[in-house]
Amino acid sequence: MADSKPFRVLPRITEQNEHFWRGGREGELRFLRCQRCGYWIHPPAPVCPECLSKDVAPEATSGRAVVHTYTVNEQPWIPTLDPPYVVAIVELPEQEGLRLTTNIVNCDPYEVRIGMQVRVTFEEYDDVWLPFFEPAGSAGGEGR
Amino acid sequence: MGPDRLERRAVISGIGQSQVGRRLYRDPLDLTIDAALEAIADAGLEPADIDGIATYPGNQDVPPGFSGVGVVEVQDALRLELDWFAGGLESPGQLGSVINAIAAVATGLADHVLCFRTVWEASAQGSKGRSSVTMGAGGTGAGYRASGFMQWTLPFGAPSAANWIAMMAQRHFHEFGTTREQLAQIALNGRRNAARNPKAIYRDPMTLDDYLGVRMISTPLCLYDCDVPADGSTAVIVSRADAAADLAHPPARIEAVGAAIHGRPSWDQWDDLTTMALRDAAAMLWSRTDLTPADVDVAELYDGFSFITLCWLEALGFCGHGEGGPFIEGGERIALDGEIPLNTHGGQLSAGRLHGYGFLHEACVQLWDRGGERQVAGGPEVAVVGAGGGPLGGCLLLTRDR
Ligand SMILES: [Zn+2]
Repeated sequence: MADSKPFRVLPRITEQNEHFWRGGREGELRFLRCQRCGYWIHPPAPVCPECLSKDVAPEATSGRAVVHTYTVNEQPWIPTLDPPYVVAIVELPEQEGLRLTTNIVNCDPYEVRIGMQVRVTFEEYDDVWLPFFEPAGSAGGEGR
Repeated sequence: MGPDRLERRAVISGIGQSQVGRRLYRDPLDLTIDAALEAIADAGLEPADIDGIATYPGNQDVPPGFSGVGVVEVQDALRLELDWFAGGLESPGQLGSVINAIAAVATGLADHVLCFRTVWEASAQGSKGRSSVTMGAGGTGAGYRASGFMQWTLPFGAPSAANWIAMMAQRHFHEFGTTREQLAQIALNGRRNAARNPKAIYRDPMTLDDYLGVRMISTPLCLYDCDVPADGSTAVIVSRADAAADLAHPPARIEAVGAAIHGRPSWDQWDDLTTMALRDAAAMLWSRTDLTPADVDVAELYDGFSFITLCWLEALGFCGHGEGGPFIEGGERIALDGEIPLNTHGGQLSAGRLHGYGFLHEACVQLWDRGGERQVAGGPEVAVVGAGGGPLGGCLLLTRDR
């Protein structure tokens, strides 16, 4: 399997972002969350922008999301990462505006639509677990 | 709204531009000096009169051709004696450097500031690969790891503003029914105007079929929605109004600046992706003047990607939010003889990616009736300039001395 993976530029892991990039090892999509008011923080920051508490800690989300917007990339920007592929911004149900940029995988790139229900699936690259999203099915109630 | 607005103490007294083209293979400092000396002479000044420099982004470790000339190279080449200078990426877009200069002369820190932006991306692409792709400082060799904002996009194969703006456009298409045929008018209008601009890089006619048939880059943006990497330098002189009274020609007055960013400064965390950050800059601009969009005679609005121009048109109030598609449909309204002539030099899509400064240069050309074949008729008196897109945006409202 490892041989079939295309080259990807990986993130530099720091104390601040490790929970996000390595949560996939335990199958969890994690974000920092304010332990005082419950606000989810992304990208990671050392303070809650809502209540200014510094008591923030990683927590797992449901891993479910909705496609907020997307693009089918058709340009070969990255060597060996062959187009077409879908880049999307997905929004998590945990909080309005809790978003991340990702790829929509395991479907026809041209079938992706705004509003589509998706769920996280991880792929391991070296010491990083990249969170991709795949269609969650129309029922929308299945676990992962 | 009174005459005490700080920006009224500043004017643009001169403009200059180097040779512009694809793969000139000329030293970027050489291009910069050409633009700078032309602007200084246009103002009726000598290099010894220049006591400030403002530039974007300065000399930084950024993708090839995006930078390469900073304050110090120009200061040393011309042996300028500076009282004030500033360069840097973290500003309200490329015009942030000009807005800095306006503040500097208005507060008395300098009399005449040389502002410039130099790109040599076409040459750099020719020799070092795709420069329009932001890989972040440090390159992309083996072992390279992304940090900062790029860590959130590079692992997903989204290295380019083309991808990020495409997602904003897709959301606009989804929410408001905007179409590729409508968006095409930004590119078609630019090409029509470029045909009348001897310095424009692409001047051949372009049809709607050409646009719809060209390859996609990142849906819904096609090749003709993306600007053309170029080599060139543009300079303007920002002068203290009372120090410019007896210069070579009447200056362009600064009626208002827009530099605000209130939303989250991010390509994917911005609250309403269909507006971009230029929404806040445009709102600030109109809060500082009694003029309204109906008073504007010519609009020079950033088109690093066509969709950014549409957002500027909406943000500046030429039409309502979400109404940009119908507003530009058919192209008549934005044509040289339309109600709001847009990107009269061809914009970056056809005239070349001079990265923001080309629009300011063209606004002055139009206000000073130097447009030749592309001059808007009737002596335009008010011009709006907007530069930047995504999480960056700055704008200026300029008026002609009557
Ligand atoms: Zn909090």
